[in-house]
Amino acid sequence: MADARTLLRVTDLGKTYATAGRTVEAIRSISFDVAVGELVCIVGPSGCGKTTLLKCLSGLLAPSAGSVSLDGQPVTDPPEKMAVVFQEYGRSLYPWLTVEDNVALPLKARKVPRAERDELVRAALEEVGLAHATTTYPWQLSGGMQQRVAIARAIAYRPEVLVMDEPFAAVDAQTRADLEDLVRRVWRDLGVTVLFVTHDIDESVYLGERVLVLSSSPTVVQEDLRVDLPDDRDQISTRALPRFTELRTHVHEQIQRAKRDEHSEAVEPHAPAAHT
Amino acid sequence: MTALARSLVPTLRTVGLAAGLPVLLVLGWGLATQGSQSFYFPGPATVARTFVDTWFGPAFVQDVLPSLGRFGAGVALSIVIGIVAGTAIGTTPWLRELLEPMLEFFRAVPPVALVPVLMLLLGIGDSMKLAVIVSGCVWPVLLNTVEGVRGVDPVLTETSRSYRVHGALALRYVILPAASPRIMAGIRLCLSIGLILMVISEMFAASSGLGYRLVYFQRSFMIAEMWSGIVLLGLIGVVVATIFGFVDRRVLHWYHGLREVARG
Repeated sequence: MADARTLLRVTDLGKTYATAGRTVEAIRSISFDVAVGELVCIVGPSGCGKTTLLKCLSGLLAPSAGSVSLDGQPVTDPPEKMAVVFQEYGRSLYPWLTVEDNVALPLKARKVPRAERDELVRAALEEVGLAHATTTYPWQLSGGMQQRVAIARAIAYRPEVLVMDEPFAAVDAQTRADLEDLVRRVWRDLGVTVLFVTHDIDESVYLGERVLVLSSSPTVVQEDLRVDLPDDRDQISTRALPRFTELRTHVHEQIQRAKRDEHSEAVEPHAPAAHT
Repeated sequence: MTALARSLVPTLRTVGLAAGLPVLLVLGWGLATQGSQSFYFPGPATVARTFVDTWFGPAFVQDVLPSLGRFGAGVALSIVIGIVAGTAIGTTPWLRELLEPMLEFFRAVPPVALVPVLMLLLGIGDSMKLAVIVSGCVWPVLLNTVEGVRGVDPVLTETSRSYRVHGALALRYVILPAASPRIMAGIRLCLSIGLILMVISEMFAASSGLGYRLVYFQRSFMIAEMWSGIVLLGLIGVVVATIFGFVDRRVLHWYHGLREVARG
């Protein structure tokens, strides 16, 4: 990926929830750029606002401060060039539609002609290894296969950015390994830019070309780490590399530090955060 | 036990359980009225004979068909109004806030109490009878549709938003299917209320229909005929429930499948 054109730009993004009587600052200030064709993992301690960040990125939630832009265009609504894979695969697939209709619906909304739509759906389901399951219903499939359907739906949409919110948090370890390799393959085959949110440190290092480590809430980017592992990754040999261990240890320490900072901050009197 | 017997036993069991109680009840009825000369409680054989004589003939065209027509039209109208209005109210927050107290008020008014008013407004023709049926049947469909439309899983709503599935497409493929289990529950209620209101609406100022005929038989002391009319109403109820069950299994096959999987 020689092209270093910035595709996604997040500038001083902040999100404060106003609930009855008090405000909760979920994200203080996050800034980062993602270049075309990158595979970036976002990792952070639990409760650090990963999902909030992702909803702001995908135009599902309006940020309280700062901005998100995709290809130079400010994101205010879900952008056409972005596809999202949610963590709750069981709830994000339409149970009344067959697998192929689930994949086809976003294309229908985009008014892709029938023949082209069928071809995109077929190719996407083949890519995720579900060519045989087109007419079954999602609830007839295992969790891992359901998440493959959600990935196929995202692929068929031909997005420029594929955003995934802890997509494998709820599947078993073996399925998870297969799905991780699937994401790597999709990224390389389609040349799509991938933003992968996870709480799993190993997963972030194994998958990413770059790892953004978030701090505890109120969240900032704690570290922007380049993963210099070989391009061709393998569940056994890559995870056995000394460099892999170094990187995961490094990220792990960063996250431990993030948690410590949170605790030390908790004893200090809270002052309202002022944005610059 | 042979293989044939083993496969036959469950079938016999199912049939026996479904038909057993009706058979027993009719037998009990027969025994209780055996040798009795009660004018008001004729035996099953008398009622069965009267049933054939009364309803297989001109009465079928004069009374049964008009009744079924009113029931069908009233229920169909209620379902259409209920789903259309319910979807509009459920998807428009300000409309819901505006209408909800009013809806509770009108729902609480018994439709039977409206009969004299509707008679004044609409006369004594079919439109009055239709209005009585709709005034009672529309509520379960409407209120269930509102709840169903509002209750779409937020993850599914966000998925649809992120893939830019809007408007008519979202209505057709997301909102209405998601609400369909609730809507079908509303329709089930609508059907049973509709049958009751059909009979009641025909008891006032009517010249045809099952309700009219029942009152006529009662006032003429044609007791066996009256009982046969009540049996006919019960049978219509069974047929309507069977048809509903068939449609429900087709429309909600995904829902029943999903629940079966969830139950494991």
